[in-house]
Amino acid sequence: MVSNNGAYLIRGAAILDGAKEDLLIRDGFIVDRGVNINADGATVIEGDGLVALPGMVDVHTHLREPGREDAETVETGTRAAALGGFTAVHAMANSTPVADTAGVVEQVHSLGQTAGWVDVRPVGAVTVGLAGEQLAELGAMADSRAQVRMFSDDGLCVHDPVLMRRALEYVKAFDGVVAQHAQEPRLTEGAQMNEGDVSAVLGLAGWPAVAEESIIARDVLLTQHVGSRLHVCHVSTAGSVEIIRWAKARGINVTAEVTPHHLLLTDELVRSYDPVYKVNPPLRTDADVQALRAALADGTIDVVGTDHAPHPSEHKECEWAQAAMGMTGLETALSVVQQTMIETGLMSWSDFARVTSTAPAVIGRLADQGRPLETGEPANIILVDPAARWTVDPSAMATMGRNSPFAGRELPGKVVATFFKGHPTVLDGKLNTPYRAAAVQHPVQAAGPVSGL
Amino acid sequence: MRHLLSTEDLSLHNAKRILDTAEEMAAVGEREVKKLPALRGRTVVNLFFEDSTRTRISFEAAAKRLSADVINFAAKGSSVSKGESLKDTAQTLAAMGADAVVIRHWASGAPHRLAATDWIDAAVINAGDGTHEHPTQALLDAFTMRRHWAKLGGLPSTGADLKGMRVAIAGDVLHSRVARSNVWLLRTLGAQVTLVAPPTLLPIGVEQWPCSVSYDLDETLEKGVDAVMMLRVQGERMNASFFPSTREYSRRWGFDDNRLRTLDRIGLKDTIIMHPGPMNRGLEISAAAADSHRSTVLSQVRNGVSVRMAALYLLLSGETREPAANLSKESN
Repeated sequence: MVSNNGAYLIRGAAILDGAKEDLLIRDGFIVDRGVNINADGATVIEGDGLVALPGMVDVHTHLREPGREDAETVETGTRAAALGGFTAVHAMANSTPVADTAGVVEQVHSLGQTAGWVDVRPVGAVTVGLAGEQLAELGAMADSRAQVRMFSDDGLCVHDPVLMRRALEYVKAFDGVVAQHAQEPRLTEGAQMNEGDVSAVLGLAGWPAVAEESIIARDVLLTQHVGSRLHVCHVSTAGSVEIIRWAKARGINVTAEVTPHHLLLTDELVRSYDPVYKVNPPLRTDADVQALRAALADGTIDVVGTDHAPHPSEHKECEWAQAAMGMTGLETALSVVQQTMIETGLMSWSDFARVTSTAPAVIGRLADQGRPLETGEPANIILVDPAARWTVDPSAMATMGRNSPFAGRELPGKVVATFFKGHPTVLDGKLNTPYRAAAVQHPVQAAGPVSGL
Repeated sequence: MRHLLSTEDLSLHNAKRILDTAEEMAAVGEREVKKLPALRGRTVVNLFFEDSTRTRISFEAAAKRLSADVINFAAKGSSVSKGESLKDTAQTLAAMGADAVVIRHWASGAPHRLAATDWIDAAVINAGDGTHEHPTQALLDAFTMRRHWAKLGGLPSTGADLKGMRVAIAGDVLHSRVARSNVWLLRTLGAQVTLVAPPTLLPIGVEQWPCSVSYDLDETLEKGVDAVMMLRVQGERMNASFFPSTREYSRRWGFDDNRLRTLDRIGLKDTIIMHPGPMNRGLEISAAAADSHRSTVLSQVRNGVSVRMAALYLLLSGETREPAANLSKESN
């Protein structure tokens, strides 16, 4: 239960790195913004030197539950999310059983509510069992308590063009979006890493850029043809950026995502044969990294998605070819984006808020996330210390996954506090307590001032 | 040297040291008692995750001639086939006191994993990993070429390099660990390498390698070549559209009788024909070429034992082995 006087006054934080103002939070909402606001009994949080941002929204998270609770649970994954500055995550559908029915998405949604660290928005599978053969009950998932709007077979590509067309058409009935994992399966059979100079030397089967780009090209054209909405997961190549830029210029309703690791790491790291660098899509070249950064800065790529993919250690402590693909990312995303986009001068913190909160909330149709930090808005807020420096230690993370490719690196920026629905899930950079819905819950509000508080 | 994982990062100094030591080892092989006491009491494990009788018995003979104790661990029919991980296998061998692990693995990079982790503190010798490298094969090839090249130059092999030697390597470069290891080592030793293959069997990125690339074997021969190395065509490539048929492959990229006659016609009387074995006679090499006086196939096998003795000796003998703290793959 939220205590009745659960009010907080954030004093003198730089709002989106702009002017220093106070934010008064009460009952889940920002009830005042200004200078020298009277605390009036609220708990004061000193914001000097900190940047206030809207809570981050991840469009791409693997929480592993149900089915692989040895890798992650909704509880541990959402703790990691809160510590990383998130107030909402989209839980990908590749659980066991697959999230391809209303029952499974409602289960994941309710596990998220029970945990209370962030909004957990289940992603529904596009096809039954991710098998790529038959549409899952997209409408039932959309109408369920989980209110699914994003559908994805992530991990696998909806490669059948007819099935992809039908999915794009069908989700129009409930304002859904198909989030495509763009990977032509025949071109990537047995693929282990980016195909190029490094794979040639290492003798690892190559994963050509064209396997991603050809699917994106097909899908934007299908999207145009049927007048639907497409989201491209984890864009990883310079060529993909060009295709998406072209599609947007033609007015096609496509959004795109990039992971923090693709903004920083390259396939040169694979020379170690350390499977911590094995990921799908694979790490690419420096030219790709630079193109992805430029695309995120100019809006061609809309959002950062972590593709947080925890794995038990035995799935990484083995031969490269045997290892699982994926990296953790929730607790390092902010720092990596700060290093690659803000400290390089490509973006401001205001841009950061757009790509990590505002735009992902719009893509996922989350009405109460990604909102401006204004009076009357839901209090999903993070406080960031941009001057902090820390060394990544996977064993100290809240996620169960120890597979961080940033282990041992010094990164900038630290999440000091996370407010989820007005409740501090993180304080002083440490987990506080989860949010618990009040007995008399405010109705979930769309945008706009909330009266009668 | 602490491990022998690849030729890509093998220095000229260490390459020559192995080849020169192999010359001394070869002399042992010619004695009536083919045995040295150098590695008495040391344990060498042949850890084979992939069948390769030739390479395994070559390493076994090498270790035994140095008086080491040899354990053969074939992954098939062992705990590995029951799902035991590389990590657990390595730790088991460490607990048994292995001093060196000779590893053959179908996965590229598996020897690097053994060397880079703390699973086992033994010298690791790569006996072929996936489509990555096969450094002792390249060393025995270089040893064979060096003897030939030095003899033509009227020089002793020991201390020599391969400057000026023209080597053509023909066949499935894409999937060949032998080709990769040879390209790096021959570059280090100063030879000029031309890879000859159908475009489908060359890796994307090959243009960055220190060699030339040709799609035309005849043209490569006509330009003049001192050694031709034919690579084996694996059966699983034959129905995967890398080339239309084995007959077409053989006509365009095989070393057939016509090409054997070409060498005579253009006066390349000293050009040798090499093959790492096992050969597909009639596919990548004709029987006449394989059995001709130019063929070094059996010398390569013989030299393999000497080179592997040298590698084991240099990695395991007290004065040259570096301390465990040094985790670099290869150092001088």
